[in-house]
Amino acid sequence: MGNLSLEGAIEGLKKLLIPNDKDEQLNKELETKIEKLISELLGTTPPMYPELFSELAKHQTPKFLVFACSDSRVSPSNILDFQPGEAFMFRNIANLVPPFNQLRYSGVGAAIEYAVVKLNVENILVIGHSRCGGIDRLMELPEDGSTENDFIDDWVQIGLPAKAKVKAEFGHLPLDEQKRECEKEAVNLSLTNLQTYPYVRERMARKALALRGGYYDFVEGCFKLWEVKSIITTPIHN
Amino acid sequence: MAVPSPPFSLSKHSPSNPPSFLASNPSLDPSKAPVLRPRNAFGSEANLGGVEQTRLRLWNNLKTNSDLRLQASRELPGLTKELESDKSERMERVEHGTDLFDEMKQRFLSFKKHKYMQNLELYEKLAKDQAPKFMVIACADSRVCPSSILGFQPGEAFVVRNVANMVPPYENGPSETNAGLEFAVNSLKVENILVIGHSRCGGIRALMSMHDDVETSSLIGSWVSVGMNARVRTKAATKLLNFDQQCKHCEKESVNCSLVNLLTYPWVEEKVRNGELAIHGGYYDFVDCAFEKWTLDYKESNPIDKSGKVAVKDRAFWF
Repeated sequence: MGNLSLEGAIEGLKKLLIPNDKDEQLNKELETKIEKLISELLGTTPPMYPELFSELAKHQTPKFLVFACSDSRVSPSNILDFQPGEAFMFRNIANLVPPFNQLRYSGVGAAIEYAVVKLNVENILVIGHSRCGGIDRLMELPEDGSTENDFIDDWVQIGLPAKAKVKAEFGHLPLDEQKRECEKEAVNLSLTNLQTYPYVRERMARKALALRGGYYDFVEGCFKLWEVKSIITTPIHN
Repeated sequence: MAVPSPPFSLSKHSPSNPPSFLASNPSLDPSKAPVLRPRNAFGSEANLGGVEQTRLRLWNNLKTNSDLRLQASRELPGLTKELESDKSERMERVEHGTDLFDEMKQRFLSFKKHKYMQNLELYEKLAKDQAPKFMVIACADSRVCPSSILGFQPGEAFVVRNVANMVPPYENGPSETNAGLEFAVNSLKVENILVIGHSRCGGIRALMSMHDDVETSSLIGSWVSVGMNARVRTKAATKLLNFDQQCKHCEKESVNCSLVNLLTYPWVEEKVRNGELAIHGGYYDFVDCAFEKWTLDYKESNPIDKSGKVAVKDRAFWF
């Protein structure tokens, strides 16, 4: 064993892979193990921050609560390279956040409560995206309220206020462009709805929490980011 | 046969480049470390080395950016808070959130340069349509992103993430989770649903800590009650274990509870019965870094036996 060169050892290991379709499963397992061994031999696998991972195993302290769409093309970990421990991430259709309601949609509420109250995140980021199927459906919802599915329509109609705004401002544009506008407007609607959660409002008031919207356009390959600032003017009096 | 034969890629759009394995001489300088492109277990050209590359870029960024404090430990400097921060420090940091977003901008531009531009053909195809083979239901926990652990690439998995990766049953009515389920199964026609539980789950802990008879006014409590069956079965089966061990048991039991709840949806059950859809459970243990997976064994008769145990097959343990 001692006089085998590194290259020779690797060649030998590669020969262990069975070029046989019958043992597909075994082949895959072997492949992974051999590749890991090879990279360890070459010293090309850097130790993956063992201290970080052992800290994370005890608790998480993410700075972000992220709302993103379930769409397979828009994972924030892919696009924005979130590392383990950085973002508490809620993904649903069309990244919608309904207004505070103790009886309905407790799923979203539970995520906000957990992230804001228990994890004390400092930022909430709602990310919309291009060619969103959920927004498509919202914009194509029949006016008569009829529905052909069990749950999708019930969910996307949370976005009706955004649709109304888009129709008012951009109703003259072709439907495709209205949908693009609605994708961004729905993010703003979610940001507004977030402020109806008492614990969100409270933390925003003492500047412990900031809200931002984002829009990932994978057709053009760009990302937009904006902040939420709300102003109520002082009263006018004589 | 419910499970399709091993796919070349997890997306119905197959990538144009064949898989490759690159290795070169080791170097102690992280900025000169090679880009490793190990063959993805599913066979597609997954640029897994891209993640390492981005991380290395951050390392270089740090050396030049004096505003970010470099720790002595090999901790990944990033978007996690320091554990000993006090309130005033935190307020300052929120006001200086622009630093965080500058970093985010760099990450996006790096993604664009190293992934998007390098795979333009794939992204152009994806821009028109998505055809993922998987729907994944995972916890929102910051440590368990399915893209990170299982290497899902754009186009491969439709991902729903909620607190404690729960699937409520059909009779509970509309929720964000079943809207996603309906879309994935009926519109996208995914071939697999994978529900992934994980260790140290706060949502499961909350479920196990709830009082039996007290109505909860918190939204967390209302939501995790979906897993009540899992809690009941856990408490019955683990009387002699300590609370932490009970929670671990419940984390897995809750995945099975979700798998059973999936079958309460008529359009899901129909597709499983016809062999068009397979349902799988998974468990990611980040304490020991291991992943367990199993497939629901659907039979014409009830897949749950009288004691409430779920029939499974193809159990695998990766570590």
